[in-house]
Formats: sequence, C-alpha cells, structure tokens
Amino acid sequence: MNGRGTQGARRLWILLALLGLGFLAPGLLAPWIAPHDPFALDLALSLAPPSAAYPLGHDEQGAGIFSRLIYGARISLMVGLAAVTVSAVIGVLLGLVAGYLGGWVDLFLMRLVDVFLAFPGLLLAIALVAVMGPGLTNVIIALSALGWTAFARLARGQVLAVRAEEHVLAAQALGAGAWRVMLRHILPNILAPLLVQASFAIAAAILAEATLSFLGLGAPPGTPSWGAMLSDGKHVLLEAPHVSIPPGAAIMGVVLAFNMLGDTLGDLLDPKRKR
Amino acid sequence: MEYLLRRLLWTLPVLLGVLTLVFFLLHLVPGDPVDVMLGENALPADRALMRAELGLDRPLATQYVDFLRRTLSGDLGTSFGSRRPVTHEIAERLPATMELMLGAMAVAFALAFPLGIVAALHHGRWPDHVASFFALLGVAIPNFWLGPLLILLFAVHLDWLPVNERGGLEHLVLPAITLGTALAALLSRMTHTSLVEVLGEDYIRTARAKGVPERTVVARHALRNAAIPVVTVAGLQVGALLSGAIVTESIFDWPGLGSLLLEGIYGRNYPLVQGCVLVIAITYIAINLATDLVYGWLDPRIRQE
Repeated sequence: MNGRGTQGARRLWILLALLGLGFLAPGLLAPWIAPHDPFALDLALSLAPPSAAYPLGHDEQGAGIFSRLIYGARISLMVGLAAVTVSAVIGVLLGLVAGYLGGWVDLFLMRLVDVFLAFPGLLLAIALVAVMGPGLTNVIIALSALGWTAFARLARGQVLAVRAEEHVLAAQALGAGAWRVMLRHILPNILAPLLVQASFAIAAAILAEATLSFLGLGAPPGTPSWGAMLSDGKHVLLEAPHVSIPPGAAIMGVVLAFNMLGDTLGDLLDPKRKR
Repeated sequence: MEYLLRRLLWTLPVLLGVLTLVFFLLHLVPGDPVDVMLGENALPADRALMRAELGLDRPLATQYVDFLRRTLSGDLGTSFGSRRPVTHEIAERLPATMELMLGAMAVAFALAFPLGIVAALHHGRWPDHVASFFALLGVAIPNFWLGPLLILLFAVHLDWLPVNERGGLEHLVLPAITLGTALAALLSRMTHTSLVEVLGEDYIRTARAKGVPERTVVARHALRNAAIPVVTVAGLQVGALLSGAIVTESIFDWPGLGSLLLEGIYGRNYPLVQGCVLVIAITYIAINLATDLVYGWLDPRIRQE
C-alpha cells in the first residue's frame, strides 16, 4: 500500500470512530444514555435556557433538548438506513437486470429512471408524502422511491463494464443461469462503488428526512426528529435560539461525516483515484 | 441539427412518464380523496359534485386520457380554495421564484469562482484546504438551518437587512444566500478541479513559456476553458435550486411557487399540488434540455456521441 493509501485508511478509521461515537452509539443507546425522558413535558420550564442538569435547555413544551437530540439520532439513523437499504436493493436489482439483459428491458428501465430523475431534488418525495400523508413510514417509502434511481444507474453502468470479463464468460459457458451469474459473479465485483454511493445516500436521506419533518410532512408532532425540532424552534427563534441551534448542528455534522466517509471510501476503493 | 432533434425526441417519453406519475399521485391518497378534502361530514351532493369535478366518477383510462388532453392544452384544473384556475395561481407566483433563483445563482457564482480559483492556484496548500473545508460545510449545512441563523445574525442582532417579505434588492439578500450556499459549495469544488486540470494543459505551458504574465494566463487562457464544465453543472443544478426554493420560501414567507405548493399540501388542495409539481418538473426538464443544447453547441464533441 502506498503512502496515500495508509493515510486514507487512517482517515477512514477516524471518521468511522467519530460517526460511531457521535451518532450511531447515541442513536442505538438512546434509552440508556439520555439523561431525561425526551417526552417528559413541563410547561413551567418552557424555553428555559441551558442549566447544569439540562445542558442544552428546554424547548417550548418544556422537554429537555439534549435528551431529544439523542433520541433524534435514533430517528435519523432508522430512516437513513431503512430508506437506503430499500433504495439499494430495488435499484441494484433493476440495474443488474438492465445491464445484464440489455435491449428493450434496459431501454425501458433506464427511461423509467429518467422519468423519476425529471423531478428535481426532493420534489417527488414531497409530492408523495403530501398525498400519502405524513409519518415516518411514508417518509421511508417516498425517499426509497427517490433513491433507487441512483443505485440503478450506477449498478447498470458497472455491469456493462464487468459483463464481458472472462470470469463472467466462464460462468456463462459452464451453464450458470442469469440470476446466478448476476448475483454470484457480477454483484460481488461491483460492490465497491455501490458502497460509496450508499454512504452518500445515507447523508442525503438523513438530510431529506429532516427537511420533510421541518416542513411538517415527516415525523408526527412531538416526535424528537431533528427536522421537527428545528421546525418547532422556528416559531421561537428570536426569544430562544438555543432551541434551533443544536438540531441543525447535529444534522450538519452527520451529513458532513457521511459525505466525508463516501469521499474516503471512494479514494480507498477506486484504484484510478488513488494516484 | 440531428443532435437537436434526437435530444428533443428523447424528452418526449420522459415528459409522458412525468405526466403519468403526476396523474397517479391523486390515486395514491389513502381512502377517498374527496373525503380527505371535504371531511367526512360533507353533504352527499357536495361530494358528488367534487367527484365529478375531479373526474373520479369515470373509468381510470378515461380519466387518464382526459388528464393528458387537458394538461397538454394548458388546463391544470381549478384550485379548491380560490375556485380560480391553477394556471393563474401559478403564473402569479412564478416571478417571485424566478427572482429568488436568479439571486441564488448570483450568490453561488460570486462565492464559487473566487473560492475555487484561490484553491486551485494554491493547490495542496492551506488556502486549498480552507476552501475545500468550506465547500464540504456548504454542501452539508441544511438550508432550513442556515436561513434562521442568517435571520438571527443579520436581521435581528445586526439589523442590517429586512426579512420576511418580498421587496427591493435588500429583501432578496438573505433568501438568496440561504438558497445559493449549497450550489456555491458544489461549484467552487468544480471550479477548483476544472482549473487544476486546465492549468496542467500544454497550451498553458506554451502561454507561460511565451512570457505571458501569470494573471493573464489564469484569467484569459485557463479560466475561460475551466468555466465550461462549471457553467454546465450550474445549469444541471437548477433542479436542486427549484426544490431548495420550496424550503427557502417557507422560511422567508417568500410568495413563490414553493410556498404555493406547500399551501396546496397543507390545504389538501390536490389540483394545486398536482399543478405545482407538474410545472416545477417541466421547468426542470426544459432547463436541462437547454443546458444540454447549449453545451452541445459550445463543445462539438458532444454532438458526435
């Protein structure tokens, strides 16, 4: 491994450690490490500033912001992972089929991708949640409807590059069926770029969940989602900015970390970028 | 000419797909959309009237063909709240969104070029790292957080800029920064990469060898070529601006298409939602098409593909 590679590997471990400590652990361990009940409301403490017992103060309903922030990591984590898992499974399968079979199937699937990509950014997710109604399950469905296209395009492109390689031709010559060739001989060889894409997709899904919740289309009222916390803080921005600052910083930190993870994985896994 | 035709033909199936998807949106409403819009206690007569107005009393295939025919002739239905044509409501709000997007574009270019150029000229040294860090930050910062922070700092504490209504240029500054920051971050990275690549080209070495001053080499020879991909990406990113405008408009009470869409969603005004989604998507398709055509015209290699 050359110097850049070791440096990249070190960066990867530091990033993973930061993500684990700052996001995954609080998300998974929320009930045990949150100092207070995030749903305990006390109107007497409405908008109370930070104190020793409540390090980030209280929101409008009097709930402790620090504990809600910790529980919010859990929601971001859950939505991010669920949406990306569904997107990746659907997208990769369709991408494999399109790339491997080619012809009309390919043409149809890729035009379908074009149609979904014709809705800019979050518009399609907003429209879907608008008609299906708010709620985290619908958010996951909407984000998956949005997210599969990137995986499908990427997987298809990768399949085209790998399809003519000798080990694939050998498997075909030995009589392996289409699914077996796709899943056993092609998929393992295209996993690296898909992993990089998944890292970026988690960042995008977390940001999207927060956006939808901010607009009142995601998590139901009272849920400690970072986006919903920001939406609550919007009304009291002038008298109590301490309500809005922590969830926004948390969103930015996690999105930044997953984006950097994607960059680092890309550098490490792509031999062309490791010059 | 052949490229132009092919690219135009390419757009037709996508357009049909978009129309189809938007048509089916209304059918994704859980239960009966008429119940959702009128409430469960509505009179049966009102209910029947709305069902007829939405065409829900006819077979799906008839509804679909009718929807295509009406939409293609420029009729997007009637908005429930105001009983006015959806097209009129959209036309009223469109200029505000265009103004916001132009402002955001200006902010993006004004930030991205200097940052990208400084980073490229000091490639691998600390100005590069600082610029790259800002670029990463700019992509990750949620605009629904940046907006309130800007309001807090520039409108409340410093009292430099007004907030929460559309007016002169000073009203545009904060919303434009809120919307343009992410694009600025992306474009500065693009400018950086593109300029580093161009500065390594033979014709740059030739210019330097001729004794052309470094300023002129960068400004006249390198930047012009480096700008082509940056401008293209900016064109393709207009979609992100269109969708970001929804959030930005809701923060600043900006009377544009995004806030109209949200009003439609909160009011369960489905024809308005359908209309806004359709207009935003078609605008996006048109801008992408225009970007591709301009790029093809600038760079003949694209047409050969």
